[in-house]
Amino acid sequence: MAEFIKDGSIRLTNGVSAYSYAAAVGKMEGEGPLGDCFDYVASGAEIGEDTWEKSESKFQQYALEMALNKSGLQKSDLSIIFAGDLLNQCTGSAYGLRDSGVPFIGLYGACSTMAESLMLASLFADMRLGERFAAITSSHFCSAERQFRFPINYGGVRPPTSQWTATAAGCCITAAAEKPPYIKAVTVGKITDMGIKDANNMGAAMAGAAYDSLSRHFENTCSSPDDYDGIFTGDLGQVGTDILCELFDKRGVDISRVHNDCGLMLYDREKQDVHAGGSGCGCSASVLCAHILPSIAGGKLHRVLFAATGALMSTTMSQQGESIPGISHVVEIADTL
Amino acid sequence: MDISKKEYEQTAKKHAGSSKMYITVPKAFLIGGLICCIGEGLLNMYQYFGIEFDEASAYTSITLVFLSALLTGLGLYERIAKHGGAGTLVPITGFANAVVSPALEFKTEGYVLGTGAKMFIIAGPVIVYGITAAFIYGIIYYIYGLCA
Repeated sequence: MAEFIKDGSIRLTNGVSAYSYAAAVGKMEGEGPLGDCFDYVASGAEIGEDTWEKSESKFQQYALEMALNKSGLQKSDLSIIFAGDLLNQCTGSAYGLRDSGVPFIGLYGACSTMAESLMLASLFADMRLGERFAAITSSHFCSAERQFRFPINYGGVRPPTSQWTATAAGCCITAAAEKPPYIKAVTVGKITDMGIKDANNMGAAMAGAAYDSLSRHFENTCSSPDDYDGIFTGDLGQVGTDILCELFDKRGVDISRVHNDCGLMLYDREKQDVHAGGSGCGCSASVLCAHILPSIAGGKLHRVLFAATGALMSTTMSQQGESIPGISHVVEIADTL
Repeated sequence: MDISKKEYEQTAKKHAGSSKMYITVPKAFLIGGLICCIGEGLLNMYQYFGIEFDEASAYTSITLVFLSALLTGLGLYERIAKHGGAGTLVPITGFANAVVSPALEFKTEGYVLGTGAKMFIIAGPVIVYGITAAFIYGIIYYIYGLCA
């Protein structure tokens, strides 16, 4: 039975496996450094649909279907799906999974949703509240742009601190421990608002939350960055990464040796025009499902922290002059039980 | 958390890179200037064909708006604007792009509630405050004329 440690940290004691996982991405993500790792790379952003929202839903469907197929499972083998995305009313998830016939819990944690859904899917699996659980998230550059910013064809200029919403979806199925990777512990994020108001600087809005959650995870699980061979934050980009590393550095903790950011891993910033890096729920989801989890299963990584970060920004509240709340949930994953 | 908002703000400020103005400003000048040169060329061309100056000016605006709308529809305007910055935003072509891009983007929600309702979400404020400013200027001009 999962054991509450303190201050949001929970240890999973019955053993939970990331049983099967898959990622579906858009063309641009497929041209990035992790291009060969993805299970499906679309030839464009539409994948046969006539609207961006329908396309995002389809990416979610693909991710789920491929995660199921890889381990010979059917949708009926799933007990509950935990899913979310960036769009109002969790459009990508609700419309993408409406025909799944699986009990569904919709989540919103902005770009932290993959860690949020994986955390819940792992806790449910640890408590043996069913057989298998799916954690799915997605984002789509075009659907996010039109909701949060400007129309695609508008000639506005993006500042250097802005990030590129990934067109991607990831799905991870959890089950009772059978094979690595194993989900070992989680730390639930706190809403952390550091007073950043610039909607074009999400990395800065989220780095404080990542610092808070990672610090609590280290303290509550009596571990330090040296105990891990990978600490993956989810889409802080270059600006947020620099802030996070400096915050730890000032307190005498060096995470830069093992730290990497999904927003920096997904794209080649030299060749691809993504400014400070990638973002969006699908960014950390696709990097987790196509790179981090396979690396643990393949023995390249042994003990990692996956700390997806989200800016819980409302465009309405930003226009009212409010600062941007951030959140980051931490999931500890290892190759041994 | 053991970090004050002030410390955080300073750290965040340090790492937020700014635009390379020594590149962006000359590019905006050149591309914006080029658009204006095209406009000037069109004006001369229309006059060459015997059209009066006032009418030729209107034709020039119409042609630039048409070209901007066409390039927006072809997905090329934002590529030019990426380099042009304010150089593509300020001329009349930028205004056309600001109207056409939401019109195309929100077509998926229908011609009434999508294209029709959302067409002016970017350009709307420009129209509202442009007309307001014109009214205020007109009143001042009128009063000035009475006094003089």
